[in-house]
Amino acid sequence: MTPLLSVEGLSIGFGRDEPVVRDVSFDVAPGGTLALVGESGSGKTITCRAALRILPRAAQIRSGKITLNGGKAPLELLSLSERQMRNVRGNRIAMIFQEPMRSLSPLHRIGNQVSEVLWLHGRKSEAEARKEVLECFERVGFPEPERTYHSYPFELSGGMRQRAMIAMAMVAKPDLLIADEPTTALDVTTQAQVLGLMKELQRDTGMAMILVTHDLGVVANMAEDVVVMHKGRVMEAGPAAPILSDPAHAYTRALIEAAPKIPAASHNAPPQAKEDLILELKSVSKTYTLRAGKGWAPPTYIHACRGVDFKLPRGKTLAIVGESGSGKTTAARIALGAEPPDPGGEVLFRPTPEGETVKVHQMDRAARTAFQREAQMVFQDPYSSLSPRMRILDTMVEPLEIHGIGTAAERRDKAAKMLQTVGLGPEMLQRYPHAFSGGQRQRLSIARALMLDPALIVCDEPTSALDVSVQEQILRLLEKIQEHQGLSYLFISHDLAVVARIADEVAVMRRGLIVEQAPPETLFHNPQHPYTKALIAAQPEPDIDRPINLDLVAQGAGAPDSWPEHFRFTGAEAPPLVMLEPGHKVRCYV
Amino acid sequence: MEILRYAIYRFGTMLLTLWVVSVLVFVIINLPPGDYLSNQIAELRASGQTAGVEKAEFLRREYALDKPLWQQYSIWIGFMPGPHGFSGLIQGNFGWSFEFDRPVAEIVGDSLWLTVLVNLAAVLFVYLVALPLGVLAAARSRTWVDYTSAFVGYLGLATPNFLLALILFYYGHRWFGLPIGGLMDPIYEGEPMSWEKVKSILIHLIVPTFVIGTSGASAMMQRLRANMLDELGKPYVETAIAKGMAPSRMLAKYPLRVAFNPFVADIGNLLPSMVSGSVLVSVVLGLQTIGPDLLQALKSQDMFLSAFILMFVALLTLIGTMISDVLLVLLDPRIRYEGRDA
Repeated sequence: MTPLLSVEGLSIGFGRDEPVVRDVSFDVAPGGTLALVGESGSGKTITCRAALRILPRAAQIRSGKITLNGGKAPLELLSLSERQMRNVRGNRIAMIFQEPMRSLSPLHRIGNQVSEVLWLHGRKSEAEARKEVLECFERVGFPEPERTYHSYPFELSGGMRQRAMIAMAMVAKPDLLIADEPTTALDVTTQAQVLGLMKELQRDTGMAMILVTHDLGVVANMAEDVVVMHKGRVMEAGPAAPILSDPAHAYTRALIEAAPKIPAASHNAPPQAKEDLILELKSVSKTYTLRAGKGWAPPTYIHACRGVDFKLPRGKTLAIVGESGSGKTTAARIALGAEPPDPGGEVLFRPTPEGETVKVHQMDRAARTAFQREAQMVFQDPYSSLSPRMRILDTMVEPLEIHGIGTAAERRDKAAKMLQTVGLGPEMLQRYPHAFSGGQRQRLSIARALMLDPALIVCDEPTSALDVSVQEQILRLLEKIQEHQGLSYLFISHDLAVVARIADEVAVMRRGLIVEQAPPETLFHNPQHPYTKALIAAQPEPDIDRPINLDLVAQGAGAPDSWPEHFRFTGAEAPPLVMLEPGHKVRCYV
Repeated sequence: MEILRYAIYRFGTMLLTLWVVSVLVFVIINLPPGDYLSNQIAELRASGQTAGVEKAEFLRREYALDKPLWQQYSIWIGFMPGPHGFSGLIQGNFGWSFEFDRPVAEIVGDSLWLTVLVNLAAVLFVYLVALPLGVLAAARSRTWVDYTSAFVGYLGLATPNFLLALILFYYGHRWFGLPIGGLMDPIYEGEPMSWEKVKSILIHLIVPTFVIGTSGASAMMQRLRANMLDELGKPYVETAIAKGMAPSRMLAKYPLRVAFNPFVADIGNLLPSMVSGSVLVSVVLGLQTIGPDLLQALKSQDMFLSAFILMFVALLTLIGTMISDVLLVLLDPRIRYEGRDA
């Protein structure tokens, strides 16, 4: 059978530099799915963009051939004129991008942007195009296609925008869909649903797909063939099953090992003894008031957190898991004193076992300064959390300067020591952040947080912007530091697999409420709440025999009023958080 | 419907702002000790001209300058009856100019509309030049098109306006026979509008428009270019290309729409900066705009005249910002829907 798309000996480079893609070849069968797997910088994105010839201006295709079959005659994509190429784009080959938030124009209605594909390829009148687009919207799962047609992108959630992007790519019925990390920016349950949708559409229309991803779990769920890339070269290629179960190349093996997994062990952990608490939240709620646009309309209240209770024992890690908007970051901000809770809530902090307990929200200036030394934060985005205009040294010693600790030489020595702790060299102190990779920057953030010798570190999704292998290193580093220095972590994440590895206790949040709370072993092997079950089911695993169970995901990830009766909640009324067994709390009616 | 309500609301806030401005203008003008008349009276007393003193004293009473400040203000605006009943700005009486010894309305009359005309022409020039050049410079960034337009633009920014005016007058007259100075042929001054007069004004407008507009146009062009370059790197541009759009159509539909916002938002700023910036140019070019009048009035503490001109400039500014606000709401759905449940 002739392949639909075949790439032969493709090399791409920038300027006079070494090529970033070297001699890459692969075939995509009609109706088949090929996964291009690799870490950032592996050249996978540039390879697939070469097929549409939408490369950065400075990139040059040095050699190679990309052939698109299936039309009247095979097309040599790299030698087509720009005008002919336009006829291929969107029509024969469509593309979905990584960031659904930014890949749609904010100023045009969704319907207009999607119908445009049909207008451009001159096949339909406006009325016909509209009809077809509405059908397509219904197909990709918009409950009210008509309303979506007239919506602007900012009126839709991330998952819905990605559905709109999929509709845009599908509407002209292309032969090949290139999806560049289509679900990386989405919550894990949304990711499962979007992947399920893509698979279904592919089955219905018979189009082929190139899936670019760094997540082997996604590959196992979607692809028939895999191409593993590293530093611009193909490391391993072939059918997905053997590569995932028995990788031949060392790099593939390393990738698979680095992929976080939900542990297979299945014993219930003994409940922890909880005497020495470093941090305790007592019935913390947070309500935001949205001022209505017009003066006379009543304001809207958003309940970001509702009655959150948790205890963090000294030297342990408590993880809060939930999708965006679940209130996990708000809870962490309140715990750090960055925001006051609603009246009635209380945050207690005890810096040392012998020390006295302080109320985080009723401190005077001196107590607050002392508290800030004890509690530090590591942020999600290592690219924007370091000032690009400060040398690493200045960034590192700044906390010491603020608190007036040590002399200049002592501060410097400490900074050098901390860099070594996180696995970087002291000679890097004079550099600026742009000289570091994402993983190195996150190490720097951790080193900066450690400068004040805190007792508690709040980590807000510290690894979600990183590649899997780098994520693995950062997690290991965090564990090592905890072991050495007896730190306590409050760990915020949407990724259950990451949490499974690092947490001593996990609280699952949804719509501002903790719905289930237990040690990870208990939680993953005896989940009770439908939402926890959905989170676990939605986690893509790099194992071809364990596909995502979409029914479970759909059931749990839906609105809380669609849950089974004894979990259901609507509006302000919610079931109580009940202790089912020691250390395992679930929000349900018993 | 929504937009109409917003426009009405915006108009309301504009009136409120105008009121605040009027208070500020009046207070600031009265901050320096003395006023035009008391200065004059002192001068006349010193030189022993008692007849003049009587007239000045009469004017002081006539214009209620002997009353407390807040009453003076209220009479000036027309909130309170003066010596001749309600007769203030609201009632259409712009006051009396002591310096020129004529009603303010008579002095500014023509120059008011000429000011609006010159500045509208300049704003139009700014937009017509900056829009295509800015887009072109961004689309062909780092090519000779970009560099040339940037060079010419910086030249325009850096050349002092009055120098540019003199140069243009010289060469405009020599090569194209353009008239020098003024806004119309002197024979039409004070004449009723006629086709010939309009033609004369239009020809006289060419050089001033160019002079006043050049620096604004080059600044605007650079801003548009920078905005466009920011937008061109955004993923939605890539999405549009991946759909198979032709580059020119894509540019106009997507990035330009987004980059347009600051462009529109500038209308409000452009008007006042041109009015005040063109004072010097008006003096040099001999334009009959209110710029030179304002300068003269401020120098001699001619309070009603200067207050009126300042109010007029404020009104222009407020109208400009109101237009840009309403246009922004029309252009950008994100602003339009703010506060509404998405």
